[in-house]
Amino acid sequence: MAAQTLYDKLWQSHLVEQREDGTALIYIDRHLIHEVTSPQAFEGLRLAGRTPWRKDANLAVPDHNVPTERQERLGGVAGIADPISRLQVQTLDDNCSDFDIVEFQINDPRQGIVHVVGPEQGATLPGMTVVCGDSHTSTHGALGSLAHGIGTSEVEHVLVTQCLLQRKMKNMMVRIDGELQNGVTAKDVVLAVIGEIGTAGGTGYAIEFGGQVIRDMSIEGRMTVCNMSIEAGARMGMVAVDQTTLDYVKGRTYAPSGEQWNAAETVWRTLHSDDDAQFDSTVVLEGAQIKPQVTWGTSPEMVLPVDGEIPTPADIENSSQKEATERALVYMGLEGGSKVSDIRPDKVFIGSCTNSRIEDLRSAAKVVRGKHIAASIKEALVVPGSGEIKRQAESEGLDKIFTAAGFLWREPGCSMCLAMNADKLLEGEHCASTSNRNFEGRQGFGGRTHLVSPAMAAAAAVAGHFVDVRDWNYEGE
Amino acid sequence: MKKFTVVKGVLAPMDRANVDTDLIIPKQFLKSIQRSGFGPNLFDALRYTDMGEPGQDCSNRPLNPDFSLNQARYRNASILLSRENFGCGSSREHAPWALEDYGFRCVIASSFADIFYNNCFKNGILPVALDASLIDSLFSAVDAEEGYQLTVDLERQLVVKPDGEEIAFEVDAFRKHCLLNGLDEIGLTLQSADAIKKYEQQWREKSPWLFDVIH
Repeated sequence: MAAQTLYDKLWQSHLVEQREDGTALIYIDRHLIHEVTSPQAFEGLRLAGRTPWRKDANLAVPDHNVPTERQERLGGVAGIADPISRLQVQTLDDNCSDFDIVEFQINDPRQGIVHVVGPEQGATLPGMTVVCGDSHTSTHGALGSLAHGIGTSEVEHVLVTQCLLQRKMKNMMVRIDGELQNGVTAKDVVLAVIGEIGTAGGTGYAIEFGGQVIRDMSIEGRMTVCNMSIEAGARMGMVAVDQTTLDYVKGRTYAPSGEQWNAAETVWRTLHSDDDAQFDSTVVLEGAQIKPQVTWGTSPEMVLPVDGEIPTPADIENSSQKEATERALVYMGLEGGSKVSDIRPDKVFIGSCTNSRIEDLRSAAKVVRGKHIAASIKEALVVPGSGEIKRQAESEGLDKIFTAAGFLWREPGCSMCLAMNADKLLEGEHCASTSNRNFEGRQGFGGRTHLVSPAMAAAAAVAGHFVDVRDWNYEGE
Repeated sequence: MKKFTVVKGVLAPMDRANVDTDLIIPKQFLKSIQRSGFGPNLFDALRYTDMGEPGQDCSNRPLNPDFSLNQARYRNASILLSRENFGCGSSREHAPWALEDYGFRCVIASSFADIFYNNCFKNGILPVALDASLIDSLFSAVDAEEGYQLTVDLERQLVVKPDGEEIAFEVDAFRKHCLLNGLDEIGLTLQSADAIKKYEQQWREKSPWLFDVIH
C-alpha cells in the first residue's frame, strides 16, 4: 500500500461508501453537542419523525450561554438571568431528555467547555472521528483523531445517520522544528503559524502538526495548537499519537481499560504519518525564532511578536490588505507605527477552549504570584475550562493566587471568548485575551481583542500594558 | 430545502476580505432556538449604529447610511458580492440562515471558508467562487450602474451579465444535484442504511472501545 498520512489513515478507516462523484460517506464515532447549534437540529428530527441512529455516540454539555458568576450559577438553569439564554440551555436539557442523550448539565461536576470536557473524560479518543456544531472541534485532533466543526444541518445529519457526506481534503504538514524559548508557548506557536500562512492558508486542507516542538508539547499544548487550525482556514488539525498521547488518555472515565486498552494501544500506535508519506503542502517554522505573539487587528493573521510595531497602511502595496489594515486600525483605535508594547488592555480574559486547561492556569498563576493587577485594569477574569479543572486548580491553590492578585475566579464556560453570557467587553475596551478570535465585536459590541498566551495575558494584567514574558521577574525565583 | 435553478436579481457589494460569520450574524442572535427570523439582524453591527439585541423590533433602529445594504439602489438585492475568504470563523449555520432570511440566494466571492461554503448548500444558497480579477470587474460594474443585475444559472453553471457576457463557475456535481432539486440530504443518506450498518458492525468488532461507553 502507498505511504499514508495520518489523515489518510483516519479517513480510510472511517470510509463507509466512496461514490463516483468524489463524495464519500464517513462514519462518525463521537458527536458532541452544545446548546447553541443543536436546537434546530433536534427540531428537524421531530418534524421528520426521526430518531438518533446511535444514542451512545453523543455527549452533550451546555457551555456557550452559561453564567460564570457564582451566585447566578448556583441557581442552575432556572437561575440564568437572561431569559433567552435560559430558554436555550433549558431546550438542550429537554432535547437530551426527549432523545435519551447523555448530558452533563449546567451544574454537573463534569460540566465545562465541550472541547475541554471531551478529552478530559476520555469521550474523545485517538483514532476517532469527532464532530460538533462548533468550529473549534479541531481541538480533539491533538489526540490523533479526525475532528472538525459542522453546521446545524450536519448536526441533524449525524444524529440521524451517524455519517457525514464529505470530500477528502488535501494534506498539509506544519512542522515546528527545534525548541521553543522559555516563556514561548503553544499559543505563540499557533499564532505564529497563522501569521505565516494567513487565515485562509489552510482552506481545503487537513493540517497535521509535527516536528520536535510538537513532539515535546503536552497534550494540553497540542490542543491549543489544533484548536486554532480553523483560524488558519483548516477545518481540522491533528497530531500523531505518541507516548504522551497514551499517557494522557490512560485512566480517563470513558477510555478503555484492561484487555481493551491493550488492543486499542496497538491500533493507536499506528496513528502517525508513514515516513515517506506525501503532503500536498509543507510549512516549516523554526521553534527558536518564535517570540511571544500579540494580535493587534481584527483577524487572527494580524499578529506580531510582542516587540513588533503595528503596520502602517502607507507601506502596504496590496490594496485589499491596505484597506483591511486601515479598517482594523480604526476599529482597534491604534496608530500605524506604534509599538505593540504600548497597547494598554482595559480587561484581561484567561479562559476559552483554546487556553483554559490546567497548564494554562498554572502558567498564568506563576506570572501573577505575589503581584497585583495594574490599577488601569477594570476587570481580569479567570474562567477554568471545566469543573474538573476548577477543582484541580483550587487544590493547587491557584485560585488564591489569582484572587490575591485581583483576578475574578469564575465558574466554567465559554464566557468572554464570544460573550454570549454576561461576560463581555464594552465599546472601545481593549482586552488581553487567551481566546481564539479577534473579530470585530467578538467579545462584545465595539470591543477590541488582543489574542495572547495565558502567561502574556497575566503579564499584561500586572504591567498594565503588553510586555515580553521572556523577561518576566518571577516571584520567588 | 428551497430549490435553486436560475436566480436573477440585484447585486449588492460587500467590499471587504475575510467577512467572518460573527460579522454576518453576531453572537447575541445565536440564542434563538428557531431556524428563521435572522434576516433583520444580518450584518447587524455594520447595518445599524446601535447595538442590537435579540427579539428587538429592528424597524426603528438607526441605520448606518454608509453601509451598502442600506442604500436604496441595493434594496431587494438577492446576490451578494464580496472578496476572499468569505464566511470564515465560526461554523454557525445562522450565517446562511440570516442571508437567506434577508433574501440572498447567491454569494459571489473570490474564495470561501470551508464550513460556511458547505453550510450554504444545505440552505438553498449558492456560493460562487470566481477569480479575483472577475470579482474586481463586478465591483466596478455594480458601482457604475444603479440597479445592476446578474443572472445565476446553476444548471448551466453560468453567471450572466446584463450585456449577455457569461462567466462559467465550478460546482461539485452532487451539491449541484441536491440544490437543483431541493433534496433532503438525510433522506438520501438513509438510502445507504445497509452500508452504514455493515460498516458499523465490522467497526464495532475491530474497535469495541468506541461503543456503548457513554450511557
